[in-house]
Amino acid sequence: MKALVTVKRVIDYNVKPRVKADGTGVDLANVKMSMNPFDEIAVEEAIRLKEKGVVTEIVAVSVGPAKAQETLRTALAMGADRAILVQTDDEVEPLAVAKIVKGVADEEQPGLIITGKQAIDDDSNQVGQMVAALLGRPQGTFANEITVEGDSVVVKREIDGGLETVKLALPAVVTTDLRLNEPRYASLPNIMKAKSKPLATKAPADYGVDTAPRLKTLKVSEPPVRSAGIKVADVDALVAKLKELGVA
Amino acid sequence: MANVLVWVEHDGSAVKDATLAAVTAAAKLGDVTALVAGSGVDGVAAAAAQIEGVSKVLKADDASLANGLAENVAPLIASVMAGYDAFVAAATTTAKNVAPRVAALLDVAQVSEILSVEGPKTFTRPIYAGNAIATVESSDAKLVVTVRGTAFAKANATGGSAAVEAVSGAAESGLSSFVGSEIAKSERPELTSAKIIVSGGRALKDAATFEATITPLADKLGAAIGASRAAVDAGFVPNDYQVGQTGKIVAPEVYLAVGISGAIQHLAGMKDSKTIIAINKDEDAPIFQVADIGLVGDLFTLVPELTGKL
Repeated sequence: MKALVTVKRVIDYNVKPRVKADGTGVDLANVKMSMNPFDEIAVEEAIRLKEKGVVTEIVAVSVGPAKAQETLRTALAMGADRAILVQTDDEVEPLAVAKIVKGVADEEQPGLIITGKQAIDDDSNQVGQMVAALLGRPQGTFANEITVEGDSVVVKREIDGGLETVKLALPAVVTTDLRLNEPRYASLPNIMKAKSKPLATKAPADYGVDTAPRLKTLKVSEPPVRSAGIKVADVDALVAKLKELGVA
Repeated sequence: MANVLVWVEHDGSAVKDATLAAVTAAAKLGDVTALVAGSGVDGVAAAAAQIEGVSKVLKADDASLANGLAENVAPLIASVMAGYDAFVAAATTTAKNVAPRVAALLDVAQVSEILSVEGPKTFTRPIYAGNAIATVESSDAKLVVTVRGTAFAKANATGGSAAVEAVSGAAESGLSSFVGSEIAKSERPELTSAKIIVSGGRALKDAATFEATITPLADKLGAAIGASRAAVDAGFVPNDYQVGQTGKIVAPEVYLAVGISGAIQHLAGMKDSKTIIAINKDEDAPIFQVADIGLVGDLFTLVPELTGKL
C-alpha cells in the first residue's frame, strides 16, 4: 500500500523564538528553519514500514512557501519516493491544511496517512484528526507503536495515564508521538539522490481549497516575564525557604 | 447568551478534575450544558449535575461510547452541537483526540489550549512552546475550544443541581475498536493537579538512582513526580511522567527541578508554576533563569541532605 506523510517547515526547535516589537507575530526572518520534529518521526515510520515490505511507496506532502521544498527534499533524502508541494505564501490553518491533504489523499488513495501529532510553531495538534474526519476514516493519534495486520492497523497510543491500544480499519490516519521511533539522518549520497526524485508543485486551488483564515490573530505578545530569583547558599537556607512557602 | 456544551471527561465513575477548569472557561462564554458520553454513566451524569455553573446535563449512554473512541464520539458531539454555539473541552489527550474531529465535522477552526477568554469569540493561547502568546478571534459560526486546565480555576464540584436529560443518536462506526490499555499505577497525587511536583532529569543517571534520589524527597513533601524528556527517553520513568511541550503542562504551587537543565521544551510545561526551585550543579543552566530559588551543587549530596532535613 501507499503511505502519505505530511511534513511542515517550522522554526528549528533549538531556536528561541522572538516576538516582533509591533506584536504582529514571531520574527522568522533569518531564523534557522527545519522539518517539524514530529514529522521526521512520521517519515521515519513510513520508511520502516517500507523496509518491512508493508508499504510500497511513500509520498511526502507539504503545504507552505516555495522554501518548503527544502523540507520535502529532506524527506526524500531520508527515503520518501516522491513529493508534492502545495505552494502558498499565506499562513494556512489546520482545517485548510486538512482539506488540502484530503484532496491529495483522494488522488493518491494511500492506505496509511501519517502526520506528526503537532507542529512546534502553532502547537495546534489538529491536522491528523481533521484529515481523518474529512475522509471519514479512523484515527490513531499520539502513536507509540504501529503494526499493520492485514486490512487493519494496530496503534498503541500515549494517553494521560499510560498507554492504550486501538485497532483501526485501513485506510487510516496515524499521528506520531515522540517515542514512536528515532528518525535517521540523511546520508550525503542520499541527499544527492534526493535532488533527482520527483517533486510536483501544486496550489491550494488545485484541490478547491480556500485558505482564508477563520481565526484572526489580533496580537502576539511575549509571555509574562518571571521576576528574577535568588540563589541560596546551602540546604538549610532552602529548607527555610520551603517552610516559608508552607510546603515543609 | 451563547449556549455552550462542555464535554465531561470521566473514568466511568468520577468526573475528572480537568473538566472543572473547562466549566469555568465555558461559563465565561455563556450558559453551560455538560455532555456525559459513555457506557453505564448514570453516576457520572449525577456528579456532573452537581458541578456549580452547569445548568443542564446531557447523558449519552451507549455501548459504542464505552472507550471514548473518536470515531464514535465525535459524530455524536457534532450532532448535539446543532443546538449549541460552542463546544468546550479540557485540553487532555482524550479531548485533543476528539475535539479536532468534531471541529472538522462542523467545518470550523478549533482554538487549542486557551489561556483566557477575552471576548465572546476572542481567546489567548500559547504558541511556539509558550514563548509567545497569541490573541485570536474566531469568525466561525460555532466555536470549538480546548482549555488549558492550569490557566483556569476549578469550578466547585458540588453546589449545582442541574437536570439530566438523555440524548440518543450514538452509533458504532465500525472503523475502530478498543483493544486494551496499560495504565500506570500511582499512589501519588496526579501530576497535572498536584500542589507540589518534584521533577528529575538526565543527571539522575539511571532508573534505580532516580527512584532512590527523587522518590524519598517526593514522599516527604507529598509531591507528584515528574521528569524531563531526557529522563523518560533514558527509561528512568514511564512516558506519562514527562513534563513539557509534548508531555504534560503543569502549574503547581511549587515545582522542584532536580538535575534538569531547562530546555525550552521543558520550560513550556512548567514555567507557570507559582514557585520554581532548581537544584543543579551547572551555575549557568537555563533553569536558573526561571527559578525563584536556586541551589548550585551536586544533587547526589544535596537531595539526600534536603530529604533528611525536612
